[in-house]
Amino acid sequence: MIQARIRIMPKASILDPQGQTVLHALESLGFQQARACRMGKFVTLDFHGVDQGEVEREVAQICKRLLVNPNTESWQADYVELPDGEQA
Amino acid sequence: MKTGVVLFPGSNCDADAHWVLGELLGLRCDTLWHKEPIRERYDLILVPGGFSYGDYLRCGAVASHSPIMGSVKQYADNGGLTLGICNGFQVLCESGLLPGALVRNIGTNFICRDVSLRVSSTNNPWTNQLKVGDELVLPIAHSEGRYIVDEQVYSAMKEKDQIVLSYAANPNGSLFDIAGVCNESKNVFGLMPHPERASDLRTRHGMGIWQSFLNWSAQAR
Repeated sequence: MIQARIRIMPKASILDPQGQTVLHALESLGFQQARACRMGKFVTLDFHGVDQGEVEREVAQICKRLLVNPNTESWQADYVELPDGEQA
Repeated sequence: MKTGVVLFPGSNCDADAHWVLGELLGLRCDTLWHKEPIRERYDLILVPGGFSYGDYLRCGAVASHSPIMGSVKQYADNGGLTLGICNGFQVLCESGLLPGALVRNIGTNFICRDVSLRVSSTNNPWTNQLKVGDELVLPIAHSEGRYIVDEQVYSAMKEKDQIVLSYAANPNGSLFDIAGVCNESKNVFGLMPHPERASDLRTRHGMGIWQSFLNWSAQAR
């Protein structure tokens, strides 16, 4: 099977208050090294018996129709070949 | 006149909408279950506030693809008056009936309080009984009410008089203080504040919006 691993992030132009809040929490815990924090979503989709080209086309449609709001978010995907049933 | 309030799993302001449309205004008001397309002619479709589908994925995103929304789009594309309040506004943005998007408030908090609004435009079905600059005090109750739109779209919206309500003191970081917008042809309106919660007890400022709708509909007949 092919697992699509989709990362959805707020666009660089959009302020991410959730990421900022986490960064402030890290600072108050003494973690001073990280300079920026942005938070998004990670989605996996498993495809059985479909070749990668078709999976990529399907994922592009899925992101466009539902998973991503192009006004505020951008996305990237990796495609990983896994033995059927494995949830890596 | 016949009005309909859409009901998604997780809607929770539908009863307030029914109270205003059915009881205060005395109009026929149907509940429109999200699994069925609209089958009758309506003078107003109201998409109420709440947490449709638990706000999963993005607020309004899943609801915007539910079976009723295809017919709501068709109805709105034919000029049907469509009002989205709070989560309903998010649904209308996600479905493409309104420009822009609503994201997490600056400060991340859920904000639940009265806010002061300015009427920015009145040449529409929703604020025609008010004057530009009028102040309305209406409650807001949201975490994702920060309106985002790119500059180019904003300029076009401004030119076409689509910014209807603005915050007097911006509570959530909305770009250009925007609290409510309509589409280019003005028949679709979305706003984060709740006029249906301020139409009888406490402030009655929500009434200006309902009276504008009644006036517009009467003239259109």
